[in-house]
Amino acid sequence: MKKNSAWANVYMAVILLLLYLPILVVVLFSFNSNPGRTANFQFEGFSLQWYADLFDPVTGYGAPLRSSLTIALWSVLLSAVLGTLGAIGLVRRPVRKSLLGRGAAAVMTAGEQVSVLPIMIPEIILGIALLALFTLLGLPFGMVTLVLSHVVFCVPYIYITVKGRLASLDPGLEEAARDLGASPLKVLTTITLPLALPAVISGCLLAFAMSMDDFVISFFVNGPHSNTLPLKIYSSVKVGVPPHVNALCTVMLAAVFLVVGFSQLYQANAARRHRAHEKKDARKAAEGRA
Amino acid sequence: MTTRVKVKKHQRTREPLAFPMMLYAVLFVGVSLLYIVGLSLMTRGADFTAGAPYGLQNYERIISPLYVKSLLQSLRLAFFTALFCMLLGYPFAYFMAKASPKARTWIMMLLIVPFWTNALIRIYGWKILFSTSGPINAALIGIGLIQRPLRLLYTDFAVQVGMIYAMIPFMVLPVYSSVERMDWSTVEASRDLGATPLKAFLTVTLPMTLPGVLAGLVLTFIPSIGLFFLSDLLGGSNTMLWGNMVHNELLKSRDLPFAAALSVVLLGLTGIVILIYRRMGGRAESMVF
Amino acid sequence: MPEERSVLLSLKGLRKTFDTQEAVSGIDLDVYAGEFLTLLGPSGCGKTTTLRIIAGLEMPTAGAVYLDGQDITGLAPEKRAVNTVFQNYALFPHMNVYKNIAYGLTMRNTPKKEIAQKVAEMLELVQLTGYEKRMPSQLSGGQRQRVAIARSLVLSPKLLLLDEPLGALDLQLRRSMQQELKRMQQRLGITFIYITHDQEEALTMSDRIALMREGKFVQLDTPKGLYERPQTAFAASFIGETNLISATAQAVKDDEVLLDIAGFDLPCYDSDWITPGETLLLSLRAERLHLSCEPVNTTCWVSGELVESHYAGGERSSTIKLPDGQLLRARSTTEGEREPTLGSTVYCWWNKEAGVLVRDDREDA
Repeated sequence: MKKNSAWANVYMAVILLLLYLPILVVVLFSFNSNPGRTANFQFEGFSLQWYADLFDPVTGYGAPLRSSLTIALWSVLLSAVLGTLGAIGLVRRPVRKSLLGRGAAAVMTAGEQVSVLPIMIPEIILGIALLALFTLLGLPFGMVTLVLSHVVFCVPYIYITVKGRLASLDPGLEEAARDLGASPLKVLTTITLPLALPAVISGCLLAFAMSMDDFVISFFVNGPHSNTLPLKIYSSVKVGVPPHVNALCTVMLAAVFLVVGFSQLYQANAARRHRAHEKKDARKAAEGRA
Repeated sequence: MTTRVKVKKHQRTREPLAFPMMLYAVLFVGVSLLYIVGLSLMTRGADFTAGAPYGLQNYERIISPLYVKSLLQSLRLAFFTALFCMLLGYPFAYFMAKASPKARTWIMMLLIVPFWTNALIRIYGWKILFSTSGPINAALIGIGLIQRPLRLLYTDFAVQVGMIYAMIPFMVLPVYSSVERMDWSTVEASRDLGATPLKAFLTVTLPMTLPGVLAGLVLTFIPSIGLFFLSDLLGGSNTMLWGNMVHNELLKSRDLPFAAALSVVLLGLTGIVILIYRRMGGRAESMVF
Repeated sequence: MPEERSVLLSLKGLRKTFDTQEAVSGIDLDVYAGEFLTLLGPSGCGKTTTLRIIAGLEMPTAGAVYLDGQDITGLAPEKRAVNTVFQNYALFPHMNVYKNIAYGLTMRNTPKKEIAQKVAEMLELVQLTGYEKRMPSQLSGGQRQRVAIARSLVLSPKLLLLDEPLGALDLQLRRSMQQELKRMQQRLGITFIYITHDQEEALTMSDRIALMREGKFVQLDTPKGLYERPQTAFAASFIGETNLISATAQAVKDDEVLLDIAGFDLPCYDSDWITPGETLLLSLRAERLHLSCEPVNTTCWVSGELVESHYAGGERSSTIKLPDGQLLRARSTTEGEREPTLGSTVYCWWNKEAGVLVRDDREDA
C-alpha cells in the first residue's frame, strides 16, 4: 500500500481547518470585550468578563448543566442494562426448523429492528411521537419524560456496539466455561460480560455524548421546570448572539479536549505497553531458541 | 443428528434477555409511531387534543403549494448535503485510512472532538463567521474583493453550508471504517491484472467501500430533512424546511394532528430511503462506528 | 531444463529498504524461460518483497529488473507482462467467478466474445466449469485458489509469480494442487517464480531453488544440488534433517581432506576453500547414516554410546554420543537390524560422498 502524497495531506489539513474554523472563531470571540449583541462582531480587546457570566446563579449555566448530567447518567445506566442484555440475547440465535420456531424467530427479528429504528429515523419524528405518547399516557413532562426519551435513542448505540463485540468472540470460550463446570448464569457473569465490557463502556460513552448533545428530542419532551444545557444554549442563541455563549462553548470544548486527549493518551500508553511486552516475549523466545 | 439434540439440551437460548429491550422499544418506538399515524387521521380539538372527525383531511391540506414547496426545498437541501458530504468526505476518509497509524489516531481525535461538542455551538460559530461585520466579510473587504459586506447570514447558502458542516463526520466515519477494513491486496491484484490506478479505484476500491458510502449517504440525507434548529439559526424567513413546518405546527399553531401528518410524510420518506438502502445491501450495523 | 536457456527475467543488484530495515540486500538472479524457480526461506527473509518488486508493487531502493532484456524497474504493475497469484488470493469479493477471471481481459478492452471464450477455457483448465456465477465467498479454499490462478493465467503472462499459493490449504489438498500446478506449468510453458517456506514443496516442484536468508541468496541450485551439496550450515539444516559436526582439517591432499572428529580420522571430499588446521562443519544427513553393533570395515565411521533410540516402523531414529560429547542423530533402516541396547557402543558409518563440508554461517543471524 502506497503512502499518502503531499496533496492528500494538504487536503486533510484544509478540511480539518474548515471543521475547526467556526470553533476557533467562537474561542477567539469568547475573549472579546466587545459585547456585539446584534451585528457588530469586531474584535476590540481581551476580556474574561463573559466567563464570569457563566456562573451567575440565576441566568448562569450551572442548573442546566446539572440536569443534563443527571439525565445523561440515568439514561446511559438504563440503556446499558437494556442494550447489553439485548445484545447477549440476540447475538447468536439458534436455528429453528419448526413453524412455531420460525414464527418466534421472525418476532425476535422484528423486535430487533424496532429497537435499532431510533438511529435511522429523523429525531424530530421521534420527538413528536414521544410527545404525543406522553400526552396520551398523561405523564407530566419533566425529568422523567426526558430520561425515558433519551433511553430510546441511547439503547441502539450500546446494543450495536456490544453485539458487534460479542459476535467477534470465539463461541468456544463459553463452551469451554460450561465444560469446566460453570452454570449458564456463571458463564454470563464470568465470561460473556467481562469480555463484552470494553464494548459496553465505549457504547456508554457514545450514548452519553448523544444524550448530552441532544437538542431536538429534548426540545419536545421537556417540561416547564426542566432545562437541559442544549435547550438553554438554543434559547440564548435564538434571540441573538450573546457573548457569554462563546465562553460557554470554549469551556465545553476544553472539557471535551481534555477527556478525549486523556483517553487517547491512555490508549496509546496501553498500546505501547502491549508492544513492549510483545517485544520482550519475542526476545525471550529468540533467546530460548538460541 | 444426535449432536443437535445434545446442543439443544445443554444450551438454552438466551433470547428472553432481550425482552426488556424489545418491550421498551415496542412501547416507545413502535406504539408511539403508530399513534402519530393514528393522530394524523384525526382533527385538532381544544387545548392540544385530537378527536373526530376522522379522515385524510390533514393530508389534503399538505397538498398545497406552501407545503409542496417546503418539501422540495428540504429534499433539495438534503440531496446536496449528502452529495457534498460524499464528495468532500470520501477523499478525506480514504486518505485518513491510508495515513500512518499514529497520524490516524490524531486525525480521528481532531475529527471526533467537534462531533462531541454541542451541534448548536458549532452552528453558532458559523453565525459569527457569516455575520455582516464578521470575519468572512472583513477578510473579503480586506483583500479588496468586495466593497460592501455580502449578506451571508440568514440565507439558503448559510443553511446549506451549516448542514454540510454538521453532517460531514457522519459520512467520513462509515467510509473510513469501510476503507480501513478493505483488503488492499485486491487493489494490488487489479493493478497486477492491468488496471490503471483510476480503473483500479473505480472497479475495486469504490465497489468494495460502497457499504460505507451508502451508510454515509443515509446518515447525512435523513437527518438533514428534520434538523429544524439549523435553518432556525442560519436561515432566512423564507427558508422553511420540513422540520420547521412540523416544529411550527406543533408549538405555534398547537395543531397536533396536522403536525403528526407532516411527520408521517417524513416518516414515509425515511422508510423509502431505508428500504432502498436495505435493497442495496446496507445494514444497520454500518451506521454505528 | 530447455536447452536454449534464454534468460527471461534478470534481477541486478536488487536492494529494498523499509524505513531502517533492509528487506532485500543485493540480489542478482537470472530466470530462464519456461523455468520453475522457487524462492525458499524462513518468514521475513525478503522473498515476498523480491516478488513484489518483480510484480511492480514495490519499487526497489537500488538495482534493476529486466524482462526480456528490457528494463522494467520503474514500470507500473499494470504495464508488465507479469502476473501474480496472491498469498490470500485477493479475489474481488464483489465480483463472481466469471467477472474475476475476466477482469484482466476487460482492462485490456478485449471483445466480449473473446473474453467469454477465454474464460471458459480457463475454467476448464482449472476444472471449475459451471462455477461462473458463484461469488468468492461461496467457494472452498481450493476452489478460490484455482480461480486466482485462472485469473492470472488467462492473460497468458510471460511470467507468473506465486506467493505461497498453497499456504492456506490443508495437507492433502496441498499435495494434489502441487502436482496440478506443476502439470499446468509444464503444459502452458509459462515461467513460474514460486514462493514457499515449505522445503518439501520446493524440492518436489522446482527446477531450481533460491534459498534466501535475511535478504540474500544463500544458495541458488537445483533441488538435488541443494540437498546433496549444501554450501553452508544454514542451507544444510534448513532442508532435511542433518547433523552439523565440528571437525578439524588435518591435511588436504588432492581432492580429499582428512578430518579429525572426536579422535577419528575421517576422509572427506575437498572443498577448495579449506586450509589445514581450520575448524569446520561436516554436514551428515541423518538418513545417510548407518548403524551397526559391530565394528565395520569402511573408511568413514565413528563409534559412540547409544543414548536414545526410537523404533518408528520402517526406520529407527537414534542418538549417538561421540567421545567428545557431540551428538549424532541417525535414521537407519530397521530391515534385518539387530536391536541395539541403550548405553552400548555402536558404530556409525556412511559413504564418503554423504559427508559435505559446509561454511559455518550459524552466527550470522
